[in-house]
Amino acid sequence: MEHTIQLICQTTALSELRKFLDKNLSQIMLSEKDKHQVTLAVEEVCANLIIHSHHCNGSDHILLNLRQEDGRLIFEIKDKGKAFNLLDYKAPDLKTVISEKRKGGLGLILVKKIMDEIEFESQGGTNTCRLIKFFGS
Amino acid sequence: MLSIETQQENQHYILQPKGEIDASNSVQLDESIRSLAEKGAKSILVDGSAIDYISSAGLGVFMSYLEDFQEQGITLKIFSLSPRVLEVFQILGLDQLIPIFPEKEAALNA
Repeated sequence: MEHTIQLICQTTALSELRKFLDKNLSQIMLSEKDKHQVTLAVEEVCANLIIHSHHCNGSDHILLNLRQEDGRLIFEIKDKGKAFNLLDYKAPDLKTVISEKRKGGLGLILVKKIMDEIEFESQGGTNTCRLIKFFGS
Repeated sequence: MLSIETQQENQHYILQPKGEIDASNSVQLDESIRSLAEKGAKSILVDGSAIDYISSAGLGVFMSYLEDFQEQGITLKIFSLSPRVLEVFQILGLDQLIPIFPEKEAALNA
């Protein structure tokens, strides 16, 4: 099982992303709860790239590849924006989010809580973020 | 798609978002809450029964008002969230910071 979608770098593409995931995750033996959570995590990473790396520039694109390998679901997100390494990002704690009245900062905490593994690499101007979820066994 | 309806019941303002809340439209939720506070609302209840999906952009809106509302004596409560939307609050522990109730009556009486 392998599926790919190209998204334009605008937040309106996020609903298209959810439809893509809803359709293609339905083929996988994953609980409804896990499907919802991985959808949320993938959306959070894409929203972060769209807003912060690409500044909602509709002429930029993100490529998402979804594949299943040996009990692992792999969401590979590629872009050519400013590299953002999720692994280096120190998520703020909730108290900081509240006291600074930040409306952002929560998404990447969700990603780290939901996904089992996160990989990042940047090569030749292309950034690749892999979100991995183990399922079944 | 997101639409937000607001109605007043006695001293309470009830706000009902309908649809999916994400980074493309969370500003609508923000504006609705801010406009109620500017109108002088002291009790804002969010009817979550028609929220189909919420991402961190929507959660962040609620979080951003916590401190100001506490200082201004404004209460913000949420009720009737679907299990999967409630779960997003729970993953982050926001259910410990924002009063969330299973139904409207419980929120009104709390």
